Amino acid sequence: MPTTVPAYGKEAAGRLAAMADVTASDGALRRFLHGLPGVDAVGLQARAATLGTRSIKTSAKAYAIDLAISMIDLTTLEGADTPGKVRALCAKGVHPDPTDRTTPKVAAICVYPDMVATAKEALAGSGIHVASVATAFPAGRAALPVKLADTRDAVAAGADEIDMVIDRGAFLSGRYLAVFEEIKAVKEACARPDGSAAHLKVIFETGELETYDNVRRVSWLAMLAGADFIKTSTGKVAVNATPPVTLLMLEAVRDFRAATGVQVGVKPAGGIRTTKDAIKYLVMVNETLGEEWLTADWFRFGASSLLNDLLMQRQKLSTGRYSGPDYVTVD
Amino acid sequence: MSDRLSVLKTYKLYVGGKFPRSESGRVYEVTDTEGGWLANAPLASRKDARDAVVAARKAFGGWSGATAYNRGQILYRVAEMLQGRREQFAAEVAAAEGVSPAAAAAQVDAAVDRWVWYAGWSDKVAQIAGSANPVAGPYFNLSSPEPTGVVAVLAPQESSFLGLVSVLAPVIVTGNTAVVVAAERAPLPALSLAEVLATSDLPGGVVNLLSGRTAELAAPLAAHQDVNALDLTGAGAELATELETAAADNLKRVLRPRAADWTADPGTERLLAFLETKTVWHPMGV
Amino acid sequence: MTFDYAPAPESRSVVDLAPSYGLFIDGEFTEGAGGGLRKTVSPATEEVLAEYTQGTADDVDRAVGAARKAFEKWSALPGAERAKYLFRIARIIQERSRELAVLETLDNGKPIRESRDADLPLVAAHFFYHAGWADKLGHAGFGPDPKPLGVAGQIIPWNFPLLMLAWKVAPALACGNTVVLKPAETTPLSALFFADICRQAGLPKGVVNIVTGDGSTGAALAGHPGIDKVAFTGSTEVGKAIARTVAGTDKKLTLELGGKAANIVFDDAPLDQAVEGIVNGIFFNQGHVCCAGSRLLVQESVQDELLDALKRRMATLRVGDPLDKNTDIGAINSAEQLARITELADAGEAEGAERWSPACELPGSGYWFAPTLFTGVTQAHRVAREEIFGPVLSVLTFRTPQEAVAKANNTPYGLSAGIWTEKSSRMLWMASKLRAGVIWSNTFNKFDPASPFGGYKESGFGREGGRHGLEAYLDV
Repeated sequence: MPTTVPAYGKEAAGRLAAMADVTASDGALRRFLHGLPGVDAVGLQARAATLGTRSIKTSAKAYAIDLAISMIDLTTLEGADTPGKVRALCAKGVHPDPTDRTTPKVAAICVYPDMVATAKEALAGSGIHVASVATAFPAGRAALPVKLADTRDAVAAGADEIDMVIDRGAFLSGRYLAVFEEIKAVKEACARPDGSAAHLKVIFETGELETYDNVRRVSWLAMLAGADFIKTSTGKVAVNATPPVTLLMLEAVRDFRAATGVQVGVKPAGGIRTTKDAIKYLVMVNETLGEEWLTADWFRFGASSLLNDLLMQRQKLSTGRYSGPDYVTVD
Repeated sequence: MSDRLSVLKTYKLYVGGKFPRSESGRVYEVTDTEGGWLANAPLASRKDARDAVVAARKAFGGWSGATAYNRGQILYRVAEMLQGRREQFAAEVAAAEGVSPAAAAAQVDAAVDRWVWYAGWSDKVAQIAGSANPVAGPYFNLSSPEPTGVVAVLAPQESSFLGLVSVLAPVIVTGNTAVVVAAERAPLPALSLAEVLATSDLPGGVVNLLSGRTAELAAPLAAHQDVNALDLTGAGAELATELETAAADNLKRVLRPRAADWTADPGTERLLAFLETKTVWHPMGV
Repeated sequence: MTFDYAPAPESRSVVDLAPSYGLFIDGEFTEGAGGGLRKTVSPATEEVLAEYTQGTADDVDRAVGAARKAFEKWSALPGAERAKYLFRIARIIQERSRELAVLETLDNGKPIRESRDADLPLVAAHFFYHAGWADKLGHAGFGPDPKPLGVAGQIIPWNFPLLMLAWKVAPALACGNTVVLKPAETTPLSALFFADICRQAGLPKGVVNIVTGDGSTGAALAGHPGIDKVAFTGSTEVGKAIARTVAGTDKKLTLELGGKAANIVFDDAPLDQAVEGIVNGIFFNQGHVCCAGSRLLVQESVQDELLDALKRRMATLRVGDPLDKNTDIGAINSAEQLARITELADAGEAEGAERWSPACELPGSGYWFAPTLFTGVTQAHRVAREEIFGPVLSVLTFRTPQEAVAKANNTPYGLSAGIWTEKSSRMLWMASKLRAGVIWSNTFNKFDPASPFGGYKESGFGREGGRHGLEAYLDV
């Protein structure tokens, strides 16, 4: 196996260049993606369900809860968002449980591009990243220059991470190279003048791609195009992150690292609301990728209400009593 | 009475589509019920039995892999060929069993009809013996019958032709191949049936016919590790117990002897006796 | 810091074990006729769980007598009434499933995850399914009014004690037979608890009789002249002996015996799911499964990739305390079985196959065997031919579908087989060529009461489950 380099590092580009032959043309890319092993849906779902039966108790649960909190991209993506709402969310991200300062902070606050500056200011010095959705989120139906401008605007406003959406229409109609080129272009737009770059998360909207074969193909496509993270969903459609889809993406990330040495992160988003759910995802990461991925650098939860459930469970573990919604903060 | 001397037939075994003499060179005298000489029949040996099993095994892949429609056509062809030789068989049955010409002819007619009955089963048995199984999960689950393999058949002793056809046709229509030990004292109709089978597009080796001592031939067949099933119809109680015991060595499917009225509606019992049920699971998902 | 799972033991307090058990004959627990007591131990700890009775020929005779007496009324009951008893039993099993799962894990050594998620749900399902048949037998394809056989002698193995009981008892009772059941020597407890379920269900006395003991008890049962049917699940060797015992009698016989199933992986397989299927195929229930996929036949063009993935996956298997909810592989059922597995695995090594196991720490007491892989195995190796009945996988390779079929069928057994390919025409072709009673395509080790199960060749005869399974208990 090649030595591991992070997807966001300088060396990753060289590794991807070694795979250039498979992305040289639409035909080559199609042949490559369609040559990936198929996915048996029932078997995949059964494996995810079995991992979901792991019983995580006591010290392991405490560890998992803190880990999950530290992996949250605490998100508000509403038309009604205001600077006040965003600042409140940032405050919560820094001190999720005001009554217990040992509670870890979240990984990032995820907002629309026009709220990036507000979030950046509110989080100054906290170490929490600002993530911004971009590229005409959530539908992605805009011209490429608009998407790139959207991205550059968010980066210029201080976004540490960009959560782009792919062109699902192009993918479903088989124009794989168009999707590939667009991701590459957005990755370039993530560059800052000082030579650094915002990390790029690529959202597939797996609920719209529908088949697991599509999810495996799009995962490889995005990683070949330079994705730093691959992300399931926008949270804006009927089907968001599911354990089987996430497991499949974890397997793709595992196989991509084995093939290229490039380590890519994974972010399930949407629909993960309970501690029990979050722990199931962590078990999947643990048993599919191992501890190398068990940090906020390589695994994130795109979520909002999940945090309060984690906090209530955390309080239960430390006090022995069941907590209630009045003992965690509304955002 | 014609003064022309008739040409007698040399009766031979039927193995692998060919008509060999017994490798042992032995024959035995076959008589009518009055003791009058009818013919010398081959007294098949253990080695003949072994050769017959080899031939049956060799034929199994092709015969079991043939379409049910094709097998049905061939069994119907057997009926057609037999119909054309009705008088010959009636005479042989009458001589062998000491029954009236009319009763013998009725037996041959019934035998023809039996081939027709079983011919029609070839492409229906899977529909009555198979099933689609509603399992509690996202799986397509289907059970279908398959032939057991090589079946050794001890033909009934008391019904040399109708009985023989009644035990043989259900074995082969589903795709099994057969090694048949003909009625010991009345093997001639069986050996003549071989001539019909050989001219009915039935692939060589699907049916192998032996004449001789039932006990002598049955013992190696019951113990043979490449025989999958055993029809004990032609064995007496004591022999049947011995053979069933020997058959346990490779867990042959055994059909025990029981009283039978060969003129009665055969039902499906013998058809279903030499089938395996195969169940295939496959996930349903996108 | 790593994500270590803290111990998550299932509480054993739900199981109330008596120090000693008698035989369940004619509706009550009675003392044996002088066969003495045996001990049953937890294979995970070697702790003695309870004592139970060694049934003798006299005990068997008494049980058969009780079953014969009960047969008259039981077989004359309207099917709908028999159905309701079976529905009651199914419901009580569901209600007591936690208790029974823990009990099964204690006595057998299998992981609680499996007894909880596989054995017990299937046990209840089996009674539900057959309950519904009891008043519909005239529609099952065996004539308008098929009759029961009489008294069934049933001998079951130790690998799925309660599930095998269900496979035997449910169809027998649905069809109107009464039974004498002999559970395995090392796992008698769940059958004895089932006796209590019969009591709670109000099942008439003598319809179910349970006689515990060793092989001699089973032999006495199979040889008893008063039974009409023998149903046996276990080794091919014992199956053959039983077939000899019943030769020349009128007893109907069904046998569900050993296997050496090929699990065939083509280069276009869904690889991640194939790896799961291979793991499930051979390591489910410690490989104590007659239909286990113990021979992996992998296409040479994908061998390296598949074996790497398989080893990576095997390294994540959690071996240990069967009562821990996170345990994937529990204890080997007995010292005797452990010795057999060890002997065959050693033979594999001695014959030149390459042995591999993931690093795993085995408990100090009890009977344990690490999940093991043999590569470089040929058809001639003992580990490719003999049923090991343990967590040991032999890997062979093939180049073409024809070769895969030839190697898969090259065994006296014929219970099950697996096929992994995304090409459906090839799957159907393979399924038609494989000489085995159950074919799992892109899956493995799936069971359902509606799905007939049973083997070709030396894996036995007769089917259990589905419409087909009824034939074993009807006079047809």
